[in-house]
Amino acid sequence: MSATLVASPSVDEPVAAPPPRRRRRAWVFHAVMAPITLLWVAPMAFVLLLAVRSFDDVAANGTASWPHSFGLGAFDTALGTGGMARSLWTSIKITVPAVVITLWLASMAAYALSRYAIPGRRAILLIMLAGNLLPPQILLIPVSRITESIGLYDTLTGLVLIHVGFGLGFYTFVLYGFMRSLPGELTEAARIDGAGPVQIYARIVLPLCRPSLAALAALATTWIFNDLIWAITVLRTEAKLPVTAALLNLQGGYVSQWNVVAAASVLAAVPTAIVFFAFQRHFVSGLLVGANK
Amino acid sequence: MTVLAAPARRKAWRRVPAIVWVFLTVPALVEVGMVFWPALNSFYLSFTTWNGLGAAQPVGLDNYSQLFSDDVFTGALKNNVIWAVGFGGLSVLGGLALALALNRPRRGVGLYRSAIYLPMVFSLAVTGLFWRVQYQPDGSINTLLGAIGLGSWEKQWLANPDTALYAVLVAAVWRQVGYVMVLYLAGLKGTDPTLDDASAVDGATAWQRFRYVTWPQLRGVNTVVFAVTVIDSLRTFDIVWAMTAGGPYHSSELLSTYMFQQGFKFLNLGYASAIAVVIFALALVFIITYLVRATREEAAA
Repeated sequence: MSATLVASPSVDEPVAAPPPRRRRRAWVFHAVMAPITLLWVAPMAFVLLLAVRSFDDVAANGTASWPHSFGLGAFDTALGTGGMARSLWTSIKITVPAVVITLWLASMAAYALSRYAIPGRRAILLIMLAGNLLPPQILLIPVSRITESIGLYDTLTGLVLIHVGFGLGFYTFVLYGFMRSLPGELTEAARIDGAGPVQIYARIVLPLCRPSLAALAALATTWIFNDLIWAITVLRTEAKLPVTAALLNLQGGYVSQWNVVAAASVLAAVPTAIVFFAFQRHFVSGLLVGANK
Repeated sequence: MTVLAAPARRKAWRRVPAIVWVFLTVPALVEVGMVFWPALNSFYLSFTTWNGLGAAQPVGLDNYSQLFSDDVFTGALKNNVIWAVGFGGLSVLGGLALALALNRPRRGVGLYRSAIYLPMVFSLAVTGLFWRVQYQPDGSINTLLGAIGLGSWEKQWLANPDTALYAVLVAAVWRQVGYVMVLYLAGLKGTDPTLDDASAVDGATAWQRFRYVTWPQLRGVNTVVFAVTVIDSLRTFDIVWAMTAGGPYHSSELLSTYMFQQGFKFLNLGYASAIAVVIFALALVFIITYLVRATREEAAA
């Protein structure tokens, strides 16, 4: 399965100069595509414009007018009293350990399943993948009970544990496909030189998996950072909420200050957008898992 | 051959070092404890009545029979069907059309692609808020309608029971189209361009080339897109929760939001579990489709 290695559509693709026959049709193409793309750009631009306006300006001229003011006051309010600074930090505290632990455990399971003759390994792999496809609704109530009974209810540790458990199957499946495609001679040679299974995993297999680990890390980061339903299921205390849940609370509290709500939603969108632009190639190839052949 | 292989295989799995078993068992236990065990619990709870205190009382199939006389549930089920068809249909058609339009490299394609798939990385909660801003009574949508002389069409989009569900649907599709487009762009990369060129030389129209040359080559991607979209539409929760929380008057209620309210607001844990089991049952067919596809891919690797 070479899904994770598939060349991905990316922005920096070199574009050959179009042949002259095509050039005549170029303006038609842009005349159609530019307005369509505007449907995607306009809502984002609108929110951004609203976020840099002052409360008085919005109150006087409505949310949809051109800015009559410019300032970062709304961002200040959102970060400070709105609690966005705290919740962004909370989201990072949840996302980083969850991504690292998930990929670490998934790579161990994938290594065992792909390099050793474990009986029924294909069935084990598919059952693990199936776990990731379950609708979360079937898990919510028991999971909130289980975290309570092990003393992890309303703790970030509990939330990290759930993200790890729920994501494992998918990542294991992808890494398994990648590890199986590694030539056996590599590990065989190391084994003959006396390397044990742990050394082969740490020194040979993991470094070779770097591209697919990067793709999965980009994907996992956005998924976990963007999660809402698990956070509101496991967490109670407002001060512990990650950015998605805090955003909804803020919306309730600042219901008449749309510039603050807009600023807060921009703040919540920026981190994943950064990950996306930094790892665009990886990100897109991660999405394509299972979409090939 | 197989006869000879049998003892070898038995020996092979005895050769699996103990540490490798640990490598497999630890992750498997985490998943069993956090996913499969809770899922089984939900099935059990759906046959009980329980408010979270004391012991759950077994009530047999009462929860399920109650579901079908519950108007909110049937309304949510109907909304979920509308959602699956609308969300699935629009995002697949939109994503496929855009992928076809932006498939061949030419000037500006990269920019268009990025703009369209950027929303895909926003959380559904963020997407919901972005669109709540647009749907404000004095927001961009009403202002635009007023500006082009359609002032009579202006509405309280999210507060109106007739439009709330569709208003949320538009926001969800806006985010999903980019995702579907990426999948189809990948699928189109895997098609053979010489076939397309050959049929163009033979005088096939653009539609014929798509219908008879490109489309059959996208079968694999279609399966994945279809399964993923349906599973996603049954899972949909965040965006509705962020925009309307199922209101007004349950007009934008989906199974997932109704389940959440029953379970975490009213603490009808047994009843909420029954709704969760229904969601699971509806998703099952598509989960299996996806797994079959994954198996085939895995076997072909």
